[in-house]
Amino acid sequence: MQDDLKPTLGEQDRSLSLTKSPPEAPRTDHDELRSIPGDTVPSVEVSRELTPPPLPPRPRLEVQGRPATSSGSSLRLSKRTSRPQLLSQPTTALSLTDVHPQGRLESGSLQSSPASRPVSRKQSASHLGRFAGSSESGGDDSASLRSYAPTLDARLDGESLLGGLVETEETPAWRALSAQIERDDPFGNIETVDNEFSSQLEHEFDSLETGENDLRTEDDLLELWKAKLKHFFILSASGKPIYSRHGDDHLISHYIGVAQTIISFYQGADDPLKSFTAGDTTFVMVAKGPLNLVAVSRLGESEPQLRTQLESLYMQILSTLTLPSIEKMFSKRPSTDLRRPLEGTDVLLDGLADGFTRGSPSTLLSALECLRLRKTHRRTINETLLKVRSPNLLYGLIVAAGRLVSVVRPKKHSLHPGDLHLIFNMLFEAGSVKASDGENWVPLCLPVFNNTGYLYMYVSFFSTSSSPSSNNDTTSQTGSERPASKVKDDELAIVLISANRESFYELRKMRDDLVLQLEKNQSMSLIKTAIHAGHQPCTDIVPGTPLRHFLYKSRGNVQFTMPSFEPHFHGLVAKRKLMSLYASLHENLHSRTAKTKVVHVVGKEATALAWETPLFELFCVAGPGATRSQLAAGANRVVQWVRREEERVFIIGGAVF
Amino acid sequence: MADSTQAAAAPKPSSSVKLVLLGEAAVGKSSLVLRFVNNDFQPNKEPTIGAAFLTQKTHLPTRTIKFEIWDTAGQERFASLAPMYYRNAQAALVVYDVTRASSLGKARHWVAELQRQASPGIVVCLVGNKVDLAEGDDGPDAEEEEGADGEEDGQGEAAAAAAVKPAAVKPAADEGAVRKVSTKEAKAYAEEEGLLFFETSAKSGLNVSEVFTAIANAIPEASLKGGRAGANAAAGAGTQAAIMAGADSSKVNLNAKAGGDKGQEGCAC
Repeated sequence: MQDDLKPTLGEQDRSLSLTKSPPEAPRTDHDELRSIPGDTVPSVEVSRELTPPPLPPRPRLEVQGRPATSSGSSLRLSKRTSRPQLLSQPTTALSLTDVHPQGRLESGSLQSSPASRPVSRKQSASHLGRFAGSSESGGDDSASLRSYAPTLDARLDGESLLGGLVETEETPAWRALSAQIERDDPFGNIETVDNEFSSQLEHEFDSLETGENDLRTEDDLLELWKAKLKHFFILSASGKPIYSRHGDDHLISHYIGVAQTIISFYQGADDPLKSFTAGDTTFVMVAKGPLNLVAVSRLGESEPQLRTQLESLYMQILSTLTLPSIEKMFSKRPSTDLRRPLEGTDVLLDGLADGFTRGSPSTLLSALECLRLRKTHRRTINETLLKVRSPNLLYGLIVAAGRLVSVVRPKKHSLHPGDLHLIFNMLFEAGSVKASDGENWVPLCLPVFNNTGYLYMYVSFFSTSSSPSSNNDTTSQTGSERPASKVKDDELAIVLISANRESFYELRKMRDDLVLQLEKNQSMSLIKTAIHAGHQPCTDIVPGTPLRHFLYKSRGNVQFTMPSFEPHFHGLVAKRKLMSLYASLHENLHSRTAKTKVVHVVGKEATALAWETPLFELFCVAGPGATRSQLAAGANRVVQWVRREEERVFIIGGAVF
Repeated sequence: MADSTQAAAAPKPSSSVKLVLLGEAAVGKSSLVLRFVNNDFQPNKEPTIGAAFLTQKTHLPTRTIKFEIWDTAGQERFASLAPMYYRNAQAALVVYDVTRASSLGKARHWVAELQRQASPGIVVCLVGNKVDLAEGDDGPDAEEEEGADGEEDGQGEAAAAAAVKPAAVKPAADEGAVRKVSTKEAKAYAEEEGLLFFETSAKSGLNVSEVFTAIANAIPEASLKGGRAGANAAAGAGTQAAIMAGADSSKVNLNAKAGGDKGQEGCAC
């Protein structure tokens, strides 16, 4: 069946390379990655450490037998020669630092795989065999459940998105396709307990503490606690609880004790435990100096994905306390109770944890989303930022509802998605800053930028709801994006970061100047219009294709773009399922052993395609019954659309001083 | 009074006052400010991170005071940043929670630090918040107020605190009195140190505007500066310069030292 797929792949690649060929085609990720260690971020050591090694050429497995292969490689070369100046310029506002640990693994494994045909083929054959076996046993496991899942067709389309996947596992087509997939379908389990899952997810974010005073017994609480689909724990190396998403100390102390015992047993044996599974539950442990972080998930996420989430929680702790101060505390007293210094930051950790539980494209892709603006409009905003820049400014951001509008930064420092994610979480998920209704002056450490010291962040929010351009029907789309967030989606934040703790009034004045200028040159109303316009529906972006949703990540810009979730993915459960589908596709592309560059999944309720190139990652989801060629055509249309819109949907460069 | 309605006070001279709120975490600092600035109350308010900066005008009979308020975070790790906020401040609100004895201890600590390090003329007001939880409850020995448990999760940061740090203090313990700091004790301390003193409820609004009016009246005329320029000067580095400027500029000279305000002394409970 490998051969069966190949002609399609060949076609795709050919049409892709046609769109790639004009000289003004965007530079490849490849080029940009090359340029990093040398020029772009020479002065930030942290960034250099984490910069992934240059990507090797794509393994030949995919290209073998493809007529377009040679044209592809020659294209890359010609681009490099035709636009040599790109090599020495900062190409993006965001650093290419890939905080995704699996990203590193992946590039490492790519590197290690020699592009020689026999070897690659052998590897893929072994996957095939392994998978066939696991697929069979998986089928047995879920057979009884599956055959009695009665409600597949009665549910809404979006809700039953994943409905067909388990069932089709038995069909020859699924068997054939499943060879493309690295591991057993991880979200199948969710499907079989679908109704239960939906109701559990509805209550996932309910607090256990609020009802404490009433009639609930301890057992009831424990039941509620156990019903949570996802848990995060942070404990010190000596076993002191530091954070738990659900439940208070009393409730979790036993479990913390068990976790501590297990972790320290393996650490004692000098063979740290990284993860294990029990039934449909995955346990992942990350040890970070004096801290141990544990994730327990029944959402079908993969180990690397959970690991990324734990890393992010750890980054939040660093952001609060800085690395040296944590190390100092624990070297002085190993039994330090970190909860006291971390007091009040649970809202931030909860915000991150709940974001992971809901599933966010941003976290999955380790990329940021930008507000779609015309190129000239964005340039005006950039120029305004540069014009009003105050001397002590390090970074300046304009953020609209979690989407970046513009960035101003020094030439030698780039902004890292991991750091930005922490800032966005603080602004838009945890209500602390927003709720105060004023301006804020927040000391924080941006751990990827520099984990040893604090920066100071000036934040000022504007409501854009009074905008004259607020049109009626699109507001539902804007409002739908962060279902559990308390912050409305029409908020515009100006964020100014300085290394000088005394520069509040200076930055405040810059904010005043900035707002004045933006009002004067109409940019403010353009931003508001763009915010209220929300995401475009998929049918506007790629009309005539069966696509319902897609994620396109530009690897060079470390940014992604996507259409509106409406109308197909409405509500928490539908979105979580969509994100699970994306997560599994992502895992198929990125797991350490994955060699696939194109993944096609067919289900009764949905079909999906994932496609990775050095330039981008694209994940498309279409309704049931969409053929492979329709999906491929849709994917190509998305790629073409992004080509056309690149400078609108992505920030390329930003304002650099 | 300190309403959010900013009445047309064209003829009245206006001056800026930099005010800082200090106190233990979850005593209701942000809730007091929110009540004063927006006349609003949010139960389960999330903890402040860093500090928030807000402004609000108070109209006195003879002049308008524009408060520039630094609402600081109460957590221990932010303590080292406090000098940045109380430096140059003309007024400070040191807040404690009447249902939590430890918070008065923390308040004493802040008062001592202010007396040591803040501007000499700073007006300090001691505020016992959350009296709504302790209605009809005169002190640690009084009987428990029946509705207290129900009200507890409605009260400002108390609930947030309970949720956020489960092991930490439970303001309204099941046994004994809700009120843990008696009016008498706090008042005696305030008199001893020469502080203004009020007991407030950010939830009900009790005494909140009175606190700010009293502070406005208590600010020495000499340290008041004129409108915009004054604000900018305060914003900059030099208070001393600003104070000089304020002294020079001819300001109307009423209620210089509003000693009468001490008479108000909250304690409406």
